[in-house]
Amino acid sequence: MGYTDNPDAVAALVRDDAVHRDLYIDQEIFELEMRHLWPTTWIYVGHDSQVPNPGDYITADIGLQPVILIRDTGGEVNVLMNRCAHKGTRLLSAPAGNLKSAIRCPYHGWTYRFDGSVRAIPVAGGYEGTGLKQSEAYSGVVRVANVENYRGFVFAKLSDRGLPFHDYFGESLSSIDNMADRSPEGRLEVAGGVLRYMHDCNWKMFVENLNDTMHPMVAHQSSAGTARDVWAAMGLPEDTPKPMVVEQFEPFVSNYKFFDDMGVKIYPNGHSYSGVHFSIHSAYSQIPGYFEALTSAYGEERAREILSINRHNTVYFPSLTIKGAIQAIRVARPLAANRTVLESWTFRLAGATDHLLERTLTYSRLINAPTSVVGHDDLHCYRSIQQGLAASGNDWVSLHRNHDPAVETDIAGEYNGTSEVSMRGQFRAWRDRMVESMGARQSTLSRRKTEANPQ
Amino acid sequence: MKPPTRADLRSLIYREAQLIDEGALDDWYDLFTDDALYWMPLKRGQREDDVHNALFYEDKLMLKVRIERLKDPAAFSQNPPSHCQHVLQRPQIDAFDAKAGRFTTRTPFVYVESQLDDQFVLAGVAHHELLSVGSALQIRRKRIELLNREAALPSIQRFP
Repeated sequence: MGYTDNPDAVAALVRDDAVHRDLYIDQEIFELEMRHLWPTTWIYVGHDSQVPNPGDYITADIGLQPVILIRDTGGEVNVLMNRCAHKGTRLLSAPAGNLKSAIRCPYHGWTYRFDGSVRAIPVAGGYEGTGLKQSEAYSGVVRVANVENYRGFVFAKLSDRGLPFHDYFGESLSSIDNMADRSPEGRLEVAGGVLRYMHDCNWKMFVENLNDTMHPMVAHQSSAGTARDVWAAMGLPEDTPKPMVVEQFEPFVSNYKFFDDMGVKIYPNGHSYSGVHFSIHSAYSQIPGYFEALTSAYGEERAREILSINRHNTVYFPSLTIKGAIQAIRVARPLAANRTVLESWTFRLAGATDHLLERTLTYSRLINAPTSVVGHDDLHCYRSIQQGLAASGNDWVSLHRNHDPAVETDIAGEYNGTSEVSMRGQFRAWRDRMVESMGARQSTLSRRKTEANPQ
Repeated sequence: MKPPTRADLRSLIYREAQLIDEGALDDWYDLFTDDALYWMPLKRGQREDDVHNALFYEDKLMLKVRIERLKDPAAFSQNPPSHCQHVLQRPQIDAFDAKAGRFTTRTPFVYVESQLDDQFVLAGVAHHELLSVGSALQIRRKRIELLNREAALPSIQRFP
C-alpha cells in the first residue's frame, strides 16, 4: 500500500491518542509532507534584522525548496525562489550577503531586480522571434505571494492552500509579542551567530520534544544534575551567587510537580507553549539596569507585566520554536525522513544591555549546540527512536498521557504541564493539513484550467 | 627555578592530546590553571570580548561538569562510549617569554571522534597559552579554530 494519492491512508496514521511509526520513518510520508504540509503552512524564513538595507539577503529553505529573503529598494522584504528563471541555477549560495543593484546568475549572467523581475539578459537579440516573452522564464524569479513580516519574523506560505496568517497562528503570536516587547524599543536584532546541529532523526521528534516536560529529569540528569552536584560539592557559602551556567542547568532537573504545575497552553493548528504560570526561566537573577530601561520605556506596570511572562517553549508548528523569555529561537530544517538540521538563533534586545545577549548565548551553547551535553542526550533519544521504530510488532507511538476525549474535543485550551496534549494537537494539525491538501489537489488543478479558458 | 625549554612546551601539547585520547580526563583537567578557558569560537577572527557565541567556552567549572558527566552511567549519549584521536602537527612556538613565564603555541591538528559505527573528522588549529606556575607548566588558554565551524555539525562529545 502506498500513501501517495491516498489521503485516507494518511489520515489513518493519526489516532487521537497515538500515531503510526510511518510518520517518522517512511520516506514516502516525508515526501508527502514536503508537498502537502510545508507548502500549506506558514514557515519561518528569517528575521528582517538580518537584511537591514536594500540588497541585503539571506538564503534559506522552505522544506526542500531553496529561497532568498531579500530587502528591495523600496524597503520591502521579499521571499524569492532561489532558482534562475532561465535554467534553474540556485542564484545565491552564501548564507548572507549584500547585492549592489541586481541578482545576477553565475551561469549565463541573467540579472533580476530585488522583486524577482527580469532586469537584463545578455545578447537579448538571440531571443527575438522566440516564445521567451510568453514563457515562464520571462516572468522572472518566482516571488512567493504569501509572505508575512510579524514584528520582524518573516514567514512564508508557498501554496495558496491553507489558512491566512492570522487565522493560522491566532493568539499564539503573543509569545513573539512578549519576546519583542522585552526590548525597550520593541525591536529585536539577530546577533551572536547561528549554532547549526545535524540531527539524524525525523524533524517531528524535535518539535514534539519542545513541550515534552516528562523527559528533562530523566534525559538530562547526567548533565543538569551533574552541574548542580558539582556546584554543591564546592561547598561555598549559601549566599554565593550561582554562576550563570548553574542557574541555567539546574531547573532542568526540577521534579515532576514543577513541570506539571507549569501548565501547557494549546492553540488550534498545532501551536502550543508550556510555562503558563512559570517556567525554567522564571528564577533567573536580575540583570542590572534592565528593569529600569524597560520601565522608562513602558512605565513600571507594563514593564512588570512583560517580565511576568516567562514561557518555556512556544511551538509555531511545524518549523519554528521560540523562547520569548530569553530571546532565542530554534528552527527545524528537514532534509529527509531521518535527517534534520536544527538552527539556534539568538537576539539582541534593542535598547537593552548586552548582558541579556550574553545570557541567551550561554543558554543556547549549553543546551542547543552540537557541543551541548543536554543536546547530546536529547539527540541520543531522538535517534534511538528513529532506530527503535524499525522494530515491528507494535506500529504505534503512544500519546495517551492525560488524554480525555471529552475535554479535548477542539483541543485548544490550558492543561496540566506534563500532559502529552501538545503532541496530540500537533498531529491533529498534521493530519488536517495533509488530508486537506491531498484531497484538494484535483480541484485546484481543475480550477486553474477554468481560469485559463474563461466562459 | 629553571625556565621551561621549547621542547618542554611541545611535550605539554603532546601530553594534553594524549590524556584526552586515553580518557585520562581528571589528569587533563589538572593541566589547566584555575582561570583557564577552553574556547572554540564560532566566528572567524572572533575576539574574546566579542558578544558572539562559541562551540566551547568552558571555564574550569564547566570542564569539571563535562568530565564528571562522562563518568555518570546516566550519560545516555555515551552508551556506547565515544572515543577520539588527535593527530598533531609539531607545535610552532609563537611567543616565548621566559621572564614572564608566558608562552604561546600554534598546533594544526586533525581530530577523529568515533562511536561504534559512526566516525567523523574535524580539523583546525589549536592555540595554547601556557604559564609557568612554580615548577609546572600549565594551560591558561586553549583556543581551537575549527576549520568547518559554519557547518551543521554532529554531536561533538569529546574534546578537540
